Amino acid sequence: MKKDGKLAAFWRKDATRTVMASLISILIGLAVGAVVILITGLTSESLSLKSAWEGIQLMVLGLFSTGREAGALTFGFNGTNIGNMLFRATPLILTGLSVAVAFKTGLFNIGAPGQYLAGTAATLFIALEIPSSVVPPWIIWILAFLGGMAAGAVWGAIPGMLKAFLNINEVLACIMTNWIAANVVTWVFDVSNLKNVVENSKSGYIYTTAYNNVQTPKLGLDKLFPGSQVNGGIIIAIVLAILVYIMLTKTTFGYELKACGANRYAAKYAGIKEKRSIVLSMAIAGALAAAAGSLYYLSGNTEFYWSSYQSLPDAGFTGIPVALLAANNPIGVIFTAMFMSMLDIAGLQLTNLTAYNEYITDVIIAVIVYLSAFSLVIKMWISGRKKRAAAPAEPVAAAEADTAETEAETAAEIAAEAETQTDAADAGKEASEQ
Amino acid sequence: MPDSEHTESEYIIEMLHITKEFPGIIANDDITLQLRRGEIHALLGENGAGKSTLMSVLFGLYQPEAGEIRKNGQTVKINNPNDATALHIGMVHQHFQLVEVFTVLDNIILGAEDTKLGFLQKKEARKRVEALEEQYGLHVDLDAKIEDITVGMQQRVEILKMLYRDNEILIFDEPTAVLTPQEIDELMHTMRNLAKEGKSILFISHKLNEIMEVSDRVTVLRKGKYVGTIDTKATSKEELSRMMVGRPVQLVVEKGPAQPKEPILTLENFSVPSHLHKGDAVKDVSFTVHAGEIVCVAGIDGNGQTEFVQALTGLERSSGGTITLCGQDVTHASIRSRSQTGMSHIPEDRHKHGLVLNYTLEQNLVLQKYYEPRFQNHGFIRFDEVRTYAEQLIEQYDVRSGQGPVTIARSMSGGNQQKAIVAREIDRDLPLIVAVQPTRGLDVGAIEYIHGQLVAQRDAGKAVLLVSLELDEVMNLSDRILVMYEGEIVGELDPKTTTVEELGLYMAGAKRQNMKEESA
Repeated sequence: MKKDGKLAAFWRKDATRTVMASLISILIGLAVGAVVILITGLTSESLSLKSAWEGIQLMVLGLFSTGREAGALTFGFNGTNIGNMLFRATPLILTGLSVAVAFKTGLFNIGAPGQYLAGTAATLFIALEIPSSVVPPWIIWILAFLGGMAAGAVWGAIPGMLKAFLNINEVLACIMTNWIAANVVTWVFDVSNLKNVVENSKSGYIYTTAYNNVQTPKLGLDKLFPGSQVNGGIIIAIVLAILVYIMLTKTTFGYELKACGANRYAAKYAGIKEKRSIVLSMAIAGALAAAAGSLYYLSGNTEFYWSSYQSLPDAGFTGIPVALLAANNPIGVIFTAMFMSMLDIAGLQLTNLTAYNEYITDVIIAVIVYLSAFSLVIKMWISGRKKRAAAPAEPVAAAEADTAETEAETAAEIAAEAETQTDAADAGKEASEQ
Repeated sequence: MPDSEHTESEYIIEMLHITKEFPGIIANDDITLQLRRGEIHALLGENGAGKSTLMSVLFGLYQPEAGEIRKNGQTVKINNPNDATALHIGMVHQHFQLVEVFTVLDNIILGAEDTKLGFLQKKEARKRVEALEEQYGLHVDLDAKIEDITVGMQQRVEILKMLYRDNEILIFDEPTAVLTPQEIDELMHTMRNLAKEGKSILFISHKLNEIMEVSDRVTVLRKGKYVGTIDTKATSKEELSRMMVGRPVQLVVEKGPAQPKEPILTLENFSVPSHLHKGDAVKDVSFTVHAGEIVCVAGIDGNGQTEFVQALTGLERSSGGTITLCGQDVTHASIRSRSQTGMSHIPEDRHKHGLVLNYTLEQNLVLQKYYEPRFQNHGFIRFDEVRTYAEQLIEQYDVRSGQGPVTIARSMSGGNQQKAIVAREIDRDLPLIVAVQPTRGLDVGAIEYIHGQLVAQRDAGKAVLLVSLELDEVMNLSDRILVMYEGEIVGELDPKTTTVEELGLYMAGAKRQNMKEESA
């Protein structure tokens, strides 16, 4: 056991197992996707085994697809794809963070779509109503971004307060605030003067912020990834993820929030104002989800289609699987969000280059969403196998037989947690399907 | 060594030379346990001595590396719990395995239902259960729902479940941990009845009083090893505790007379609203705790002690009266300001209030201190200071855990979890310590340690307010006893002059002093 001590120690680390569990979820998701592609390929008349193989290639490597040459798919560095992947990942990182922060503090924030909309509306109003002839655009940009986050914070704090003071389940309150946001935002734009009447064919759209010369600086990323929509937003999202990580792990504030999440009663016993923590945690989650909407529309060339916003924005719900797959780790969220947007890009490539349509990737994403809910079960399974196989389990004074008992308890605990997460994912799916 | 050929009828179950290893540890090392027909056999050992593992082997949850199990002298192989059930082995778990929303009858027949054409034959079942109730004197309302009956009644349901399945070997795993003193008496009575009716009982416990009272023989385990089996009649509590812990244990706390000084905590006409009814759970309570004394609030569970402590520490609101702590009125102060004024609190429920189980040991050790300048710098936790402090406490208070400061609190044994809380609260060095059931569920060694710590704090000039349900603890530890009955203090007793019987009369509400006059 001495020889591979380091490896064993690495394996025993909780983080290793968590990452493994997420990777397994992703692999199974991709495998199921491949099976779907294969079956459609074999059963459809317009498709062949060859196109099925191409479909599978694109699903995995879509990001690096460079089109077709002499009938064969070619792969290599594709700046546009990568840039677009980063652009699409930006809101997902933020909504993922939103859900993750709430989860860490024991709350399930299914209200990200509503908070996203609240942020979008506030941002668009500020960015379009302050004339850039009077105020420098960069100041408007900052005001719009902060204003959006503030609106989201307020919107998130509402279910937080209902939970803290009236003990109303935050999931229910969030679903309500989602629909309220959808309808309020639609109405507000309906009576606003921000409708794009210049291009008449576009009824139902709001001016882009570029119309008022307000847009997120590219920070040279457009040179790195030519032809893509990428802008500085991705940097902001990553910085926010790192800040959230620092807040949760390094500060007394994070210590308090997590204590409330893990055991509300013990937090109260220790004199932590647990009600305040719940409200703050939801406000932070709301601000992050709102930042997602804010950055998406501040890019300057994305149009907000308000009249159909009786439905809720997907980016809000996708935050749930992003957070689950990252096991609620803020840094992990950066990668899982990028993975999700990569699948998006792969879907586009699939549509463009083969006879498949992009909905195949929706199937894959759906499978991964379900599996991400099971990632805790998978983790338990990994731990369980390892325990039986080798492992000088707990080396020192824990030479107490009741570790076995505790482990069983922990397993039960994990299972219970996994169940909650499954519920969460299910709720998320259901809501997004509406 | 027993020869099974000749003792075939004497022992109903024998576990011979059982060895069970886990990676890194030997949980059971050559353990022999022989259960005679119709006896009550206690299995005694500290937390982690290997009792649970041994029972898991008997239930087929683990396969031993060595040793054999015999029933009626015949070697049997128990591969899974179904095999154990087929051998008529039944167990009452410490945490009951009951469906809360089902009725008593449904719970009893669950898993052993008689059916005809797929329909339940509840009438027959009811008759059988009623007969059993009669035979063993275990009366429970069969139509009540589990959630509506007391813990003691729920335990009866568990026992009836075993009887309904014709189990011959009944295992009770720490059955008294959840019971009130009266319920414990009833359980002891029931166990004797069962033995008289020919059932063989294995009684897992670390409570010496109960073992002395009810068992015929005792098998003692220590750190996975077999220490010995002796007749209860031929032994004493002192000997048993020495066998269990491996060294002589002070069962009675040694302490000099108290030297009370200035008042630390004064309560005047303190009342607390009830969660259950419109009235007050604690009514008009007035008393003072001085520096250098241990004052104990004694009483039967459910007489307002929990509400009293929660309101005193700020977890709940009071409905009247004042609290004066170290000269300051803290009646309406927040939890944190009370604690900063001078109150530390060892809570009743260590899992609910005392610890954040998913946090590491070191994070838990700073739960009351993390915001102090020593442990933070502009809101950033000073991890090195936290580690140093945690290591110091762990060393000083001998808190044992698998990985030291970074052990997840959940994975620690109950005794060490409690030690961690005691360490945290005592080390805050505050004038008042409110200790609620500080030794609940702990073994003798840990109890001895915690009692010693509380006495040391008293001698260091701290005021200790102890709230306890354990009569031994009340009599041993306190300098003054206040008895709480239905939310009122009905008597103040001196443990040196009073008797357990007298204390019991006050606790049961059969006797009371006029406190108003006395304090006037």
